[in-house]
Amino acid sequence: MNLQRLRGLIRKEFIQILRDPSAIAIAFVLPVFLLFLFGYGVSLDARHVPIAVVVDQPTAETSAFVGGLQHSPYFKPEIYGSLHQAREAVMDRKADGIVWLRADFSRQVIQGKTAPIGVLVNGVDANNARIMEGYIQGVWQNWLQQRALNAGKPLIIPINAEPRIWFNPALRSRDFLVPGLIAVIMTLIGALLTALVVAREWERGTMEALMATPVTMGEILLGKLIPYFIMGMGGLLLSVALAVWLFAVPLVGSFWVLLVCSALFLLAALGMGLLISSAARNQFVAGQIAIIVTFLPAFILSGFIFDIQSMPAPIRFMTHIVAARYFVSILQTVFLAGDVWSIILWNSLALLLMALFFLGVTWRRSRKRLD
Amino acid sequence: MSEAVTPLHFADVSKSFARGKERVQALDHLEITLQAGSITGLLGPDGAGKTTLMRLATGLLLPDSGTVSVLGADTRSQANVIQNQIGYMPQRFGLYEELSVQENLDLYADLQGLSREAVRSRQQELLKLTALGPFGARPSGALSGGMKQKLGLACALLRAPQLLLLDEPTVGVDPIARRELWEIIQGLREKGLTVLMSTAYFDEAERCDEILLLHQGKLLKKDTPAAFSAPLDGRCFLVSDETVSKRHLRETLQARPGIQDARILANGVRVLCRTTTQPEAWAGESWQAVAPSFEDAFVDLLGASMATPDAPVTSHTAAAEPVQQASPMPPRDESTPETVIEVHDLCKFFGHFEAVKDNSFSVQKGQIFGLLGANGAGKSTTFRMLCGLLPASSGTLRVAGVDMRHASAEARARIGYVSQKFSLYGNLSCDQNLSFFSAAYGLRGALRRQRLDWARQEFQLEDYRDVNVDELPLGIKQRLALACALLHEPPILFLDEPTSGVDPLARREFWKRVNALAEAGVTVMITTHFMDEAEYCDNLVLMSLGEVLAQGSPEQVRAQARSEEHPDPSMEDAFILLIQNHESQIRRSS
Amino acid sequence: MLARIWALVIKEFLALMRDKKSRFVLIGPPIIQLLVFGYAATYDLNHIPYAVYNQDSGFASRQLLGDFQGSTAFKQVATIDNEGQIAPLINNEKALLVLNIGPHFTRDLLMHHPAPLQVIINGRNSNTATLALNDVNTVLMHFDLRWAQEHHWGKPPAQLVVRSWFNPNLLSRWFIVPGIVALLVLVVTLLVTGLSVAREREQGTFDQLLVTPMRPVEILLGKAIPGFVIGALEGLFIVLVAVFWFRVPFVGSIPALALGLALFLLAGVGIGLMISSLSVTQQQGLLGVFIFLVPAIILSGFATPIANMPEAVQYLTYLNPMRYFLIIVRGVFLEGDNIPMLWPQYWPLAIIALCSMAAASWLFRHRMQ
Repeated sequence: MNLQRLRGLIRKEFIQILRDPSAIAIAFVLPVFLLFLFGYGVSLDARHVPIAVVVDQPTAETSAFVGGLQHSPYFKPEIYGSLHQAREAVMDRKADGIVWLRADFSRQVIQGKTAPIGVLVNGVDANNARIMEGYIQGVWQNWLQQRALNAGKPLIIPINAEPRIWFNPALRSRDFLVPGLIAVIMTLIGALLTALVVAREWERGTMEALMATPVTMGEILLGKLIPYFIMGMGGLLLSVALAVWLFAVPLVGSFWVLLVCSALFLLAALGMGLLISSAARNQFVAGQIAIIVTFLPAFILSGFIFDIQSMPAPIRFMTHIVAARYFVSILQTVFLAGDVWSIILWNSLALLLMALFFLGVTWRRSRKRLD
Repeated sequence: MSEAVTPLHFADVSKSFARGKERVQALDHLEITLQAGSITGLLGPDGAGKTTLMRLATGLLLPDSGTVSVLGADTRSQANVIQNQIGYMPQRFGLYEELSVQENLDLYADLQGLSREAVRSRQQELLKLTALGPFGARPSGALSGGMKQKLGLACALLRAPQLLLLDEPTVGVDPIARRELWEIIQGLREKGLTVLMSTAYFDEAERCDEILLLHQGKLLKKDTPAAFSAPLDGRCFLVSDETVSKRHLRETLQARPGIQDARILANGVRVLCRTTTQPEAWAGESWQAVAPSFEDAFVDLLGASMATPDAPVTSHTAAAEPVQQASPMPPRDESTPETVIEVHDLCKFFGHFEAVKDNSFSVQKGQIFGLLGANGAGKSTTFRMLCGLLPASSGTLRVAGVDMRHASAEARARIGYVSQKFSLYGNLSCDQNLSFFSAAYGLRGALRRQRLDWARQEFQLEDYRDVNVDELPLGIKQRLALACALLHEPPILFLDEPTSGVDPLARREFWKRVNALAEAGVTVMITTHFMDEAEYCDNLVLMSLGEVLAQGSPEQVRAQARSEEHPDPSMEDAFILLIQNHESQIRRSS
Repeated sequence: MLARIWALVIKEFLALMRDKKSRFVLIGPPIIQLLVFGYAATYDLNHIPYAVYNQDSGFASRQLLGDFQGSTAFKQVATIDNEGQIAPLINNEKALLVLNIGPHFTRDLLMHHPAPLQVIINGRNSNTATLALNDVNTVLMHFDLRWAQEHHWGKPPAQLVVRSWFNPNLLSRWFIVPGIVALLVLVVTLLVTGLSVAREREQGTFDQLLVTPMRPVEILLGKAIPGFVIGALEGLFIVLVAVFWFRVPFVGSIPALALGLALFLLAGVGIGLMISSLSVTQQQGLLGVFIFLVPAIILSGFATPIANMPEAVQYLTYLNPMRYFLIIVRGVFLEGDNIPMLWPQYWPLAIIALCSMAAASWLFRHRMQ
């Protein structure tokens, strides 16, 4: 290892990065773009869901229930004259569901019978439908409580759940999406950008000239690894800053733990990028492979949006070879739960092993040869 | 390093590559020894194994069998030692385009492990040698081809290597830059450096101390240029005939028995006979014995592989064209020539940069018209405007009476176009390319079948019908591109650098076809930076920095450069002289 | 003219199919994505891992826990006996939730006092937490009803009777898989058309095309048709896989889907050709496709509802062709929609298709220099 040669390579890489707009775009513009898109565009928190309300016979009892819907931040109720019209509204996608209070609602309530409240939800978006059901249940329970309170009788529900939601009491989906997104962004810089720049050296024939000098393969690899490591950490700091200051995601755990774990993940991602580029010597192919084997899994199989627990067993098993999975787990824990060492240590160990594996294989595979 | 150490030694070296399912033998039991302190030229047709040989010498490839030793070290075990002592410039120069000239030099100095102090003076020296001093801060991507080549050379020379390997350093570089490069290389030889370079130029080969002629992975011959041409003594003649065009003369000469090769030179047609007995001269011809050159030897040695029947392009007749006159034009028709292409005060700006300045010229029917100039002279820009691919900023241009930019589809069917690098669909087979272009030109039915058969036969593409174009050697690609452009029998043919990067044999073959086309009445417009090819043109325009420096017949252009020192300048001399005058004029005026 | 377009179309297909790489791009990723999305992209919770901290020894708590054990949604992973064990379970994500039953649970219930059930839940993934809580509430509701009946608590004055249309078991696969039709069709058409002109520019064959008698509109059509055909074939393939492999019900009208697909493909082809005529290299084309595709997918309602987005962003989604086609494809698959019902989706899609094709041909003619 010759420090002068290494320094020369690193300086060259930085000059290239600074003068090549596409590298800047991938390393800095794309992360901000993705953060904004996800921070603002993606939300699983239903608010003001349009819901059709049909009251066959308006009375004080029904208006109390409808009032409950109206006061809920989750719903935007609209009164329809008949069930038929309400159905039309759902068909026309003006409403996501119907709450139907039948003609005999008040009578049954007053007579002490249990009056049915018809709830019809459009189940096409199953997740949304389920969340809506939960909210309607909440409205219903509130209504029951309010009634009991007004009547001066204790509430007659035998068991009621007292949820204690840890780490994200307001259940803001942004708080779990934004940290997870950091894993996607780091994959982009570490694997995609690195694979592309090495492939570019092959394409332009500079790799051949480089190899004909006394430089060693280790120096060439380090000469790529170090600059893009620094870039990746830059991307990380940018993302964390945006997450904390713009999107107000709490960072409960220690920043330094986050930094160290990110460094490990970045090494693994860089290792993958270098490995891809050693197999694919043209930018188009390298880009394709990088997107398929690193970017897509980081998106879908990492637990970033879709819960790994819910996946079928074979796919759940597959996620164990996705480095982003371990990093997403660390990120969500460090941001929201704090320094939970058992999670951090085990996942870091996995990241370390993956980094060693990818870098080791890259090291073994790279020889100073053109064939 | 003592004199006894051989700079480069190949002992029974073989190397093969997998290409698809088959293995290609790139080098076949090669035995080579270079002499210290000499310049060795590496020549051979496409696919002869030149680049593979270079890479084996750098240790970037290892031989399948045999040993390669460089400066006494074996490439298998001591690649690092070797790479510390050689300079290597790959085909594309190995420069980082985003980095400036100085930054590229600094990078390679660091990679060579040179200390800052030592490197300063060396870099100054090299910048002076290559005249790149004023461009230190310019990104190397913005340099001209010749400057890139010199920078690549400077990077390879930073450490003062024992052995310098140059892989086709002069491809696509204009004559001035080539001349400068040779001056540098010769200066280096005087200091005891050993140089191995591959080249496609015969005049460069003649300047080498020794030539290695490779063919299909085998060493055909290794000797001095003089020794190459010596056996041909008495077989070479210069033939001239004032009554017919040189082109026509060449055609007739080539067709005669006993004549192996005929090519056009400035002052006549050069003939290589099969034996030392001079064939009978026809009336009006004067035959003059001349000394053989390396090019003759090359043709002689590789002649067997160029299986070109010399039949002129037969079934291509301008008569099939509705717009043109009915009968095929006889050679050298003396009747009033018809102007086919007319350019007047043509200008082209890219932003503030004026790529083409006030060009005017006209081309007569049946002529071969050449656009000559260095890289960046504005040849391709002019060309693209003529074909309607670029709008002109000002001025008028007429091709077959219309401006191609706004021409109807029918008018566009009158031109054929072969672009730089023979743009064909790489992953389509030969046949698929042909049938696509035939349909694109609106051929159908029996005529289409007939033209396709003609193309396959005329251009000898039968063997390659199902081969993907990407896998074809450049020479075959060039044939195919020409075939595609001729399918619809256009009366006007545009050829943009059709011979760049093509090996010498394919180039000769190509010109034979173009000559035949012109004889058949097709107007051919061609750009090239091979100055010897200018002699094939009836008329030409010499361009530099967007301006027309000279125009007229090759004789007229050469005459413009005639002076006391150069009583009989070659086209290359004329080119260099005119451009240097022009540049000094610009400098004086600014 | 037709013969020339036909030749160009044939050439495009050959160029795509003869090259191993581009063949792979057209066939590999769609299948991988289909499988991965079809199986991995799910919001449905099964086997929610939970732990029990039961301080009550009575039968009521046992009965309640029995309900949880009997539910397929839940899977008990631990039983703990002191409060200190809760935190490690949640922190380490061993359990998503812990049911904490107080010491007087059965006694309270028997005395007609409401008994609280503390549910400690890991909120790291807010969506999972919300859904798990809903599931807990559902179990509790059933328990409550039964208990109220058996122990004469008196009936509640009203009760929810929930029914969901179109997707009675609320399987998110039924929602995601039809969405993949839209997703992959868009990806493939953009990749085919978005890179096609750039590839010819890079190879230099574009100039060659322009000097032939082909008119720009012919070239444009020759480029558009392969994208359309490949997109349509791929769309058909995914619909078949959705119906026969993933068993998503298809209750609507086939012509309604075909019309929607055709309009969507036109829009996609137009956008692809716009990107194509703007980019000089394939690299730029790829970047352009990526920059359009990511927001188009995220702001389409594919994975998260448009209604949850900020209002300004919601307006933006009206420009997104995928938004309309997602409604069409889900409507036809699950809701049984026919052509008249989908009219509000067709016309914006048609306008987008028209505008993008017009813009593409304008750009195409003006960028030829």
